[in-house]
Amino acid sequence: MTAVTLDDVSVTFGAHHAVRHVTLRLQRSRVTALIGPSGCGKTTVLRAINRMHEQSGAIVTGTVRLGDVDIYGPGIAAEHVRSRIGMVFQRPNPFPSMSIFDNTVAGLRLAGIRNKRLLREAAEQALHHAALWDVVKDRLDQPAIRLSGGQQQRLCIARALAVQPEVLLMDEPCSALDPIATAKVEDLISRLVPDVTVVLVTHNMFQATRVSHDVAVFLLDEDRVGELVEAGPIEKVFSSPADPRTRDYLSGHIG
Amino acid sequence: MSNGPDARGLASVLLGRPEPQERLDGGSVRFEDGSSDPTIEFGPTRRTVVPRRAHVGLPPPVRRRTRQVTSSDVYNLLGALLVSLCTTYLLFGVLASFSGLIGFVIVFYVIFLVAYAVLVSINERGPTVRDKIMTSVLYSTAMLALGALSWVILSTVWRGHRPLGHLNFYTQDLSTTGNFAPRSKGGAAHALVGTLWQVGIALVLTVPLGITCAVFLSEVGGPVARLVRTVVEAMTALPSIVAGLFIYITWIVTLHEGHSGLAAALAISVTMLPIMIRAADVVLRLVPGNLREASCALGAPTWRTVWHVILPTARSGLTTSVILAVAWGIGETAPVLLTAGYTTYMNTNPLRGPMVSLPLAAYELVKTGIKTMVERGFAVAAFLLLVVIVLFAIARIVGGRGPGQLSKMQRRRAVRASRRDAQRFAVADGGRA
Repeated sequence: MTAVTLDDVSVTFGAHHAVRHVTLRLQRSRVTALIGPSGCGKTTVLRAINRMHEQSGAIVTGTVRLGDVDIYGPGIAAEHVRSRIGMVFQRPNPFPSMSIFDNTVAGLRLAGIRNKRLLREAAEQALHHAALWDVVKDRLDQPAIRLSGGQQQRLCIARALAVQPEVLLMDEPCSALDPIATAKVEDLISRLVPDVTVVLVTHNMFQATRVSHDVAVFLLDEDRVGELVEAGPIEKVFSSPADPRTRDYLSGHIG
Repeated sequence: MSNGPDARGLASVLLGRPEPQERLDGGSVRFEDGSSDPTIEFGPTRRTVVPRRAHVGLPPPVRRRTRQVTSSDVYNLLGALLVSLCTTYLLFGVLASFSGLIGFVIVFYVIFLVAYAVLVSINERGPTVRDKIMTSVLYSTAMLALGALSWVILSTVWRGHRPLGHLNFYTQDLSTTGNFAPRSKGGAAHALVGTLWQVGIALVLTVPLGITCAVFLSEVGGPVARLVRTVVEAMTALPSIVAGLFIYITWIVTLHEGHSGLAAALAISVTMLPIMIRAADVVLRLVPGNLREASCALGAPTWRTVWHVILPTARSGLTTSVILAVAWGIGETAPVLLTAGYTTYMNTNPLRGPMVSLPLAAYELVKTGIKTMVERGFAVAAFLLLVVIVLFAIARIVGGRGPGQLSKMQRRRAVRASRRDAQRFAVADGGRA
């Protein structure tokens, strides 16, 4: 089953083409890793999936469909798309003015939900889901920035999960974390499926092998514009890549 | 109990103690040497293990001194001061016919710097000499600024301290006070009431307007915002008398409203607004962009992001912007004179009749030239300083903390709330089991 379909997606920043002609199907209830060298448009593609480019002024062409719905279609609000497609960023970014509890339910509060019982239940569930409950259950009202970096990142994941998105986009969620915190977040990612479809940008091929089912390899083409080279189940792509450039990248010849 | 042994091993590593041999009934741990530690518990009522502090029983560490003032530094400084003093004295008193205090100080300072450089260069090399000279220049300019500031404050307080000592100064107005009335009669209560009304109304007008405008500038952007920003920046340089004239023409002359505290508040608002907008705009632009992104990625509309994320994060800085604007507005004299007039009567109605403010009262009183009245004028000025300090202190206490930093009371409240949560969850867990 396809959760998200990208059809001939290109992103341009002014005159600069970041990535072009990406056609990719992201399978439901699986973890898809987007890998490739720096600057080849992995994050750019990721941000096209929940319309985050509208913040930065980049232009997205092509179609992105969530299920059958064209998310760039007329009458579709960006806020609505983002509440169904959550995102976790490279650096943990809990809201410094809020407590751990408030951070967890920030997405619901920002969507206008006030019911206290509902918020409490959602917070508990999301924190359980993010494997953070036992750590924070007796200090929910403490400021969130007192947590360690790894805990902050798991809190950000809990915050994204509390909105109950169908798809969770993760932009190198472990690159600012130490190995132990990384292991915890990876463990968490593999337990998110089948409830959530995860799209993970990573520089680390070992991380991709550890947590993901599918992989999409991005490289720079001859014009130094990012492109999708190959996609498929990770065992197949990593053991017998169809494209010679994938083989070169995986064996460390390029990138 | 599946991970009991592991946890025990971990605890023994953390504590540098032998592995615990058996579990006591209370769930606490007994060590090989017979001592027990009830703070460590395993099993169903497991708690966070706090490693024992390693330095208990050791003497507290002594801070290493990394900055050293040697005796030669002190002698160099004293020597340079002495050389400079003597030379300047000779120049002014004996050799040449220089005169005047300011000239004396300047010559003294220049000779001091030269003498100090020469003395230091006997033992030190170029960079060190330059460093020492720069240090002394920095220190002396800081001293100069501090000295000037304390002089202003202390001379004001000194010249006005006598009326300040009388209680009636804070409770009476000047309506029945003749020019030669003793200090035990008359006061500045009417000016205080006027200032509080005017600044209060100005705050009510400017805070929502100013913060909203700053949010527009920093969050919306675009050519319109750039234009507004330019206008605001130009307005910060607007002479306050122009603001006063503007309100005088529009409110009093055109609309036929009389002099009133409200008119003064409007004029003060015109001068406060650009200050507040500029300061708030700078503060809002300092809010990290990744918080906006995080909020946006949660599906929040922009205005909710502003309300729930941006404004709380920038609260401390926004408070500062309001303080800056109040500090600006509370000292305005000219616009108040034009729009509220001057009176010696207490007027508690800001909508009608002349209403004097503290700085205006100080100006009018000092202008009289009568000794006791001038004293009262300085006392009013000192009182104004006090009011400003009190307002600042309140603002700092209410809104001065950075995001995530809690006051003592808030911290206690957070702990209590967390404890309540824990109890509630314990009950819920029990109910489920």
